Amino acid sequence: MISKNDVEHVANLARLSLSQDEVDKFTTQLDQIISMEDELSQVETEGVKPTTHITDEINVFREDVPVDDGITRDDLLSNVPETKDGLIKVPSIIDKGETDA
Amino acid sequence: MNFETTIGLEVHVELKTKTKMFSPSPVTYGAEPNTSTNVIDFGFPGVLPTVNREAYRLGLMVALALHADVTKYTHFDRKNYFYPDNPKAYQITQAEEPLATNGWIEIEVNDVKKKIGIEEMHVEEDAGKNTHGDDGYSYVDLNRQGTPLIEIVSKPDIASPDEAYAYLEQLRKIIQFTGASDVKMEEGSMRVDTNISISPIGSDKLGQKAELKNLNSFNHVRLGLAYEEKRQAQVVMAGGVVRPETRRFDEASGETILMRVKEGKDDYRYFPEPDLPAFEIEDEWVDQIKSEIPEMPDKRRTRYINELGIPEYDAGVLTQTKEMSDFFEATIADGADAKQASNWLMGEVSGYLNANKLDLLETKLTPINLSTMIKLIQDGTISSKIAKKVFQETIKNGSEPKAWVEQKGLIQESNPEVLTPIITGILDANEQSIIDFKNGKDRAVGYLVGQIMKQTHGQANPKVVNQILMAELNKR
Amino acid sequence: MSNLKKDLETLHQELVAGDIKAADLVEESLDTIEKRDPELNAFITVNDQQALADAVTLDEKGISDADKLAGIPIAYKDNIVTKNLLTTAGSKILSNFQPVYDATVVEKLSQAGMINLGKTNMDEFAMGSSTESSYFQPTHNPWDLDRVPGGSSGGSAAAVAAGEVLAALGSDTGGSIRQPSAYNGIFGIKPTYGRVSRWGLIAFGSSFDQIGVMTKRVKDSAYILSAMAGHDIKDSTSSKQAVPDFTQFIGQDIKGLRVAVPDEFFGEGIDEEVKVQVEKGLKVLTDLGAVIDHVQLPYTRYGVPAYYVLASSEASSNLQRFDGIRYGYRAEDVKNLEDVYVKSRSEGFGPEVKRRIMLGTFALSAGYYDAYFNKAAKVRTLIKQDFERVLADHDLIIGPTSPDTAFKIGTIVSDPLKLYYKDVLTISANMAGVPSASVPAGFDSQGLPVGMQLIAKRFDEGTIFKAAAAFEAATKYYEVEPSFKGGVR
Repeated sequence: MISKNDVEHVANLARLSLSQDEVDKFTTQLDQIISMEDELSQVETEGVKPTTHITDEINVFREDVPVDDGITRDDLLSNVPETKDGLIKVPSIIDKGETDA
Repeated sequence: MNFETTIGLEVHVELKTKTKMFSPSPVTYGAEPNTSTNVIDFGFPGVLPTVNREAYRLGLMVALALHADVTKYTHFDRKNYFYPDNPKAYQITQAEEPLATNGWIEIEVNDVKKKIGIEEMHVEEDAGKNTHGDDGYSYVDLNRQGTPLIEIVSKPDIASPDEAYAYLEQLRKIIQFTGASDVKMEEGSMRVDTNISISPIGSDKLGQKAELKNLNSFNHVRLGLAYEEKRQAQVVMAGGVVRPETRRFDEASGETILMRVKEGKDDYRYFPEPDLPAFEIEDEWVDQIKSEIPEMPDKRRTRYINELGIPEYDAGVLTQTKEMSDFFEATIADGADAKQASNWLMGEVSGYLNANKLDLLETKLTPINLSTMIKLIQDGTISSKIAKKVFQETIKNGSEPKAWVEQKGLIQESNPEVLTPIITGILDANEQSIIDFKNGKDRAVGYLVGQIMKQTHGQANPKVVNQILMAELNKR
Repeated sequence: MSNLKKDLETLHQELVAGDIKAADLVEESLDTIEKRDPELNAFITVNDQQALADAVTLDEKGISDADKLAGIPIAYKDNIVTKNLLTTAGSKILSNFQPVYDATVVEKLSQAGMINLGKTNMDEFAMGSSTESSYFQPTHNPWDLDRVPGGSSGGSAAAVAAGEVLAALGSDTGGSIRQPSAYNGIFGIKPTYGRVSRWGLIAFGSSFDQIGVMTKRVKDSAYILSAMAGHDIKDSTSSKQAVPDFTQFIGQDIKGLRVAVPDEFFGEGIDEEVKVQVEKGLKVLTDLGAVIDHVQLPYTRYGVPAYYVLASSEASSNLQRFDGIRYGYRAEDVKNLEDVYVKSRSEGFGPEVKRRIMLGTFALSAGYYDAYFNKAAKVRTLIKQDFERVLADHDLIIGPTSPDTAFKIGTIVSDPLKLYYKDVLTISANMAGVPSASVPAGFDSQGLPVGMQLIAKRFDEGTIFKAAAAFEAATKYYEVEPSFKGGVR
């Protein structure tokens, strides 16, 4: 059983805010979906390797040569809601956290 | 109560490539904001990553230089988190099957040698830069986004801040010698995160770790860890518990300051990156890279001592940086005497660099010019005294020593047919000095040599002058 | 006869001969869109001015016999990025997004002279089977305007079926080309994973997504796929396999073609009339010389749960970049960064997208990865092996494309599970990465089209084209035109 708490936790991870109605609805629906997912536990997968890539290709590398695609900084910034001096402007973080490299 | 300290280091090093880890935009330093970027770095809808072969190669080279086991079957993973400098909201990294595991570094602290294990190392992409303005906004520059990094994670073998310092020094040196990175903390091409815990001596359980971030130099690492070691001990002695915290080192006070208390584990929802096919790293490639690894500093040091007769201490200094060591080798390869070359680099050259706060490669001195100058001294063309002038000229202005001494007329005079008349002339004019000499006053010789040098503007070969002078004195 | 009802080859010959002009085709296309789209809503953006300009330029340059695709009107699903042309993926969060580059398929087909008529409607981020989750209102089915066109490439399918364009590209993650093709009585092919570059396709499930073609006639798709397939250095998952000229397979006979018919494709939940039509289709193939063999694909039933975990997990990560910072919708009245993220995403995504993001985030979150994501990835291996086993001694797997025919708008959308199970027959091909197409197989008693699905070995689209073309020649279902009945607008 998935709980409302689970739903709220997952929504938080995904940066979604849900109204109380949505939480209720999603809890019911996700619970149904996850019950469907639980059918997977019926499949015997002992010793089976997971498939996470479906391409036949392996060892695909790019050579270390810069490519100029002709797209300018102005182009790249053309969809940005707010810019300043070529920088992307965003409202500040409340939590003055540091970056994770 | 006595405590043991356990320190873990996570070191990020930028790999020196022309293009980014997963996009063909150029890696630059100090370019205008958002100019070294493309649609991939911006995380536009529909873009896909591609893996830079050179970045992976350099990563493998570092791994091999650190004696690690290369992972044959590997793939990239996504690490999911939201931040403005992380445009896709995931970082492409290697979580499940890192590039290599199980390496080690040998350090020496207080004459005791110790092997520090390396848990794993993996290649990944750097984030952009997010600058906080004081106007309630942040400003994002994605130039750094996608720069190739290798992250090197130590095993919990480091037991003191001094060991941490020695580990970092040695790690920096090894990576620098591979040529895979500039490894400069001040330019951000090497970054260090640490964690530290203490536990009562003899306890088999590690204590609660605190993380220490934003460390700008190896010395800050050492000072920060030392402070933290003490702080944690005080907390425990006072009956408290160390919390899982992230702290930063404050340079001014020398203390560590709480940034945030970690609540629960971060949930990065790692999973295999579906946009990049898996890898089966070929043994031949690994062997080839192994054969391409430049000689490591410890090996060079031993060779300098045993084969070139360089004193131990000097050999250590010469192999401190790759630039110095490479410069030394190029100088002797051009025919300069190894000991002379070593003496110049350790003496005049280092002195000049310190006085002017320069790196060797920032001066105009070249190995060829240094070796030419040393050869000029050895064959008697110039005196050691003149050589100091030549050195200043060639390191400052890049002048070719031979041409410059010729042009300036600084070539040493060694011809007896030229020197003898000068010397006899001076003797004729200094009867008293001859008498003093005959009376056993050695000082008189010094005076006479001074007079000769004065008349020859310092260009007379002191050795030849001495021979002729003694012969002439004895004749009188 | 209207030009857009002719096949590509005929149009090409007329263009080369100068009997018609590319501009005429564009005009006709635009007229049809003007006439039909108020009812259909197949297009989100019509590229009217640029399409006309491109056609005029092409006419001035002239079309040679080698330029098979030159002057042919095509539309692109709106999750395929087009430089300087609004690309929304059917979402509010991209409702103002102007791409700065072209997808590789757009670049290739433009290079070949195809004229881009615009961007077609779709389920938001291709998540859905009915085109009802589009932020830009549902698309209607030309065979019955009260019904859905299927999805997620419903706009592309309806546009082709209605004769608005000769061809449209779609994308197929779990059936999104084949199911709407079936619902609209057209041919649609999802090529082998890796056959067509995904550069410029707004990702949903990266290890499932594949761009494909939808046309009325099989050979038209063969022409277009030949032009747009192939390795792309910008897509590391794209295949280095050589691309054959797929038109060479058209007209070949199918004597001795070994066809596997899985019992699971005719089991519970499959509409009786659909079964009857597909069985009739199999009879046609038998008459043409194919040999039918009944087989089992026992893991088919687990395809739906495994697919929804895996594709949603990938989607939850792929859709994180829509954060209101660099492009797309940014919520107003934001006080801090957290607001930008949470409000932009909460206001910008619709309920189905949120549901899948939630499911995927859950399946990847700490403590659940092994039970859900990793378990599903293992089941994927078993499904793939099922297909490899059957295709080792068969040329094609054939069954219905969809368990039913087009349903009425608004009847299923509230029940996600019911909607998810509609993909049961198409999902497996994406799970295994094999090529698969839907070919028109007649109509049910209400006159709604039924599709027959053809699945082949990896990189063996040729056999699909061969069989589909032989079937098309024998049945000529393309001659029946949609009625545009119903509708209350």
